[in-house]
Amino acid sequence: MQQLSYFELVGFGPNGWGWALLMATGMTIAVATCGFLAGSLVGTFVAWGKIGGNAPVRWLADGYTTVLRGIPDLLVIYLFYFGGSAALGAVGSLFGAEGFIGVPAFVTGALAIGIVSGAYQAEVFRGAYQVVSRGELEAARSVGMHRWLMFRRIIAPQVLRYAIPGLGNTWQLVLKESALISVTGLVELLRQSQVAAGSTRRPFDFYITAAILYLLITWVSTYLFQRAETHSMRGMRRAS
Amino acid sequence: MDFAFMQEAFLRLIAGVPLTLNLAFTSIAFGAVLAMLLALMRMSNIKVFDWPAQAYVFVFRGTPLLVQIFLIYYGLGQFRPTLQELGLWGFFREPYWCAVLALTLNTAAYGSEIIRGGLQSVPYNQVEAARACGMSGFLLFRRIVFPIAVRQALPAYGSEIILMVKATSLASVITMMEVTGLAAKMISQTFRAIEVFVVAGVIYLVLNFIITRIIMAIEWWLSPHLRRPPAVEPRLEAAHV
Amino acid sequence: MSNGVASLSSQSAPAVSISNLRKSFGTLEVLKGISLKADEGDVISILGASGSGKSTMLRCINMLEVPDSGDVTIGGETIRLKHSRRGMMPADQRQVDRIRSRVAMVFQSFNLWSHMTILENVIEAPIHVQKRPKTECIAEAEELLAKVGIADKRHQYPSHLSGGQQQRAAIARALAMHPKVMLFDEPTSALDPELVGEVLRVMRSLAEEGRTMLVVTHEMGFARDVSNRVVFLHKGIVEEEGAPAEVFAAPKSERFQQFISSHR
Repeated sequence: MQQLSYFELVGFGPNGWGWALLMATGMTIAVATCGFLAGSLVGTFVAWGKIGGNAPVRWLADGYTTVLRGIPDLLVIYLFYFGGSAALGAVGSLFGAEGFIGVPAFVTGALAIGIVSGAYQAEVFRGAYQVVSRGELEAARSVGMHRWLMFRRIIAPQVLRYAIPGLGNTWQLVLKESALISVTGLVELLRQSQVAAGSTRRPFDFYITAAILYLLITWVSTYLFQRAETHSMRGMRRAS
Repeated sequence: MDFAFMQEAFLRLIAGVPLTLNLAFTSIAFGAVLAMLLALMRMSNIKVFDWPAQAYVFVFRGTPLLVQIFLIYYGLGQFRPTLQELGLWGFFREPYWCAVLALTLNTAAYGSEIIRGGLQSVPYNQVEAARACGMSGFLLFRRIVFPIAVRQALPAYGSEIILMVKATSLASVITMMEVTGLAAKMISQTFRAIEVFVVAGVIYLVLNFIITRIIMAIEWWLSPHLRRPPAVEPRLEAAHV
Repeated sequence: MSNGVASLSSQSAPAVSISNLRKSFGTLEVLKGISLKADEGDVISILGASGSGKSTMLRCINMLEVPDSGDVTIGGETIRLKHSRRGMMPADQRQVDRIRSRVAMVFQSFNLWSHMTILENVIEAPIHVQKRPKTECIAEAEELLAKVGIADKRHQYPSHLSGGQQQRAAIARALAMHPKVMLFDEPTSALDPELVGEVLRVMRSLAEEGRTMLVVTHEMGFARDVSNRVVFLHKGIVEEEGAPAEVFAAPKSERFQQFISSHR
């Protein structure tokens, strides 16, 4: 058989893997996005616990971020993949099902990413909250805003703005972390490249393509986050 | 929780600690040298040096470490005949050396940014004062700029070391049996994910705690003029995944 | 002037009445039993050296600081307090929110919300706290901004305005609440000298409208010419109190005498 050129190999022709790689790129973006959003939710609550909680809540929140930032992400993914299946299996056996029940890899992956990035996002939100001027919060209290209204109208909009650069960093981290989901068999960009590399015996060509596609996503999202930052900071010039 | 099982898990996983630390510190040592080189290239103000260093940092920070590991370990296999001819195949055949290489290249990209930040934070008036005393060139760098920059960069480099310890877990994907590799194997044999996870997690936390303490001690030792050890905060942007 | 005030009807009740207010921070006792009454239309200047407790007293009136003991009564309604593990707390946060929306505060550092335009700052609380219709609030806000002389800045962000303009915007924000009482916490202290005048002019016109104002200030001119009563605090107690013409002409307290001569 004649050796395919690189562009035939990764192109969209009859022997090309172009469409498969494109779909897998979409899957990477999808799982990273879901994980990132889950992490935003987790991060908001954890940050809230760190800022406004009583001693045990603060202790729990601090413990959460310390632990999740201190252990490898891969370990967390294994925990969710195998642990989730074990838990499902236990529930399943109650209803008479037998044997190993696999959790959908997409759900496992998004949850694991959410749990890990939640720890980082909590720190981002907490840092951003600390930049919000105490005086502005006092002004909100002085006009009779109750806690939830103050959170919604004064704190959240400002925290989001100050958090954009940090969230951008966390997004890059999540994007790269999503490659680890490939160990659970989810066909995202890296897994698809592995499959293609195995079937064509051209591993270098596919892994370098994957690297280029990751760089492309990084590059585009950096641009988008920068746009968001300049847009949101209009009028927000501050001393220091 | 089954404590007899956890004890067994602990004994099995602790055997992976030497390899975890070996991978981390070998690559940090090589990576620091490369990082220094890259930082100097970026600060040289000479395009031929600056530009490639910038591209290097962008590529290695913008792609997942696991992709870099696969590219080196599996990808270079595509050029096996050439590598054999060059006598490099013995190196690239070994998962250990491939892991060390990938980790080294990766940490160098992050490390160069930390070192650059440290060098840029050296106050200009201190350099000026040194020039006024007749210092210049390498002497100025060695006696004034470098010591100040190291103190500035140390907290961030400390977090980088923690991140590297975590990053060594990816070597398990190319068959290295360090702590995470042993944990994954044990989980797939026993399906007791939570117990094994707890044990492995504790091992990593203890390792990182000890390393953090050591770095804080070094910081304290290097900063007699401050003597107020600031906490080592993990950097956000630099997780190696 | 104790709890009996609360039972009086709000028409005859003073606008603000505080009695025997005490507040400590740690071991430092800042307020050592302060009583003060402001009738409707009173403009009271509160003077005192830094650390005399004048700002703390003002902040206790709308519960930005919660007093350790004593009563704060606004328009006949006494704010109920309760003990908690961390000291005193308002017993009913809703009551505090309701009272706060009738007591407007102007801060030394303006404290405009930096993510909102000037107009948005002014209409924020009327719409979201007082639940008034938006169109009405906007129309009124434009009037108020015109009144304080910054109508042309309404779509700009606070950071684009000078300090004097920001403070006038903050006054407009306070006025938009239709407050019964206005508290001013050193409103000109953070301003460059040449910007003080524009803010004082606005405050003087408010006084002439007959608004009830409590003003913590270092501006002797304002205290002498605009207010109808002057209160001098020293180390947490009221050291001298009276009509400006009297107290400035013939201070009874030696410390107040020193204070006047050093703030000429």
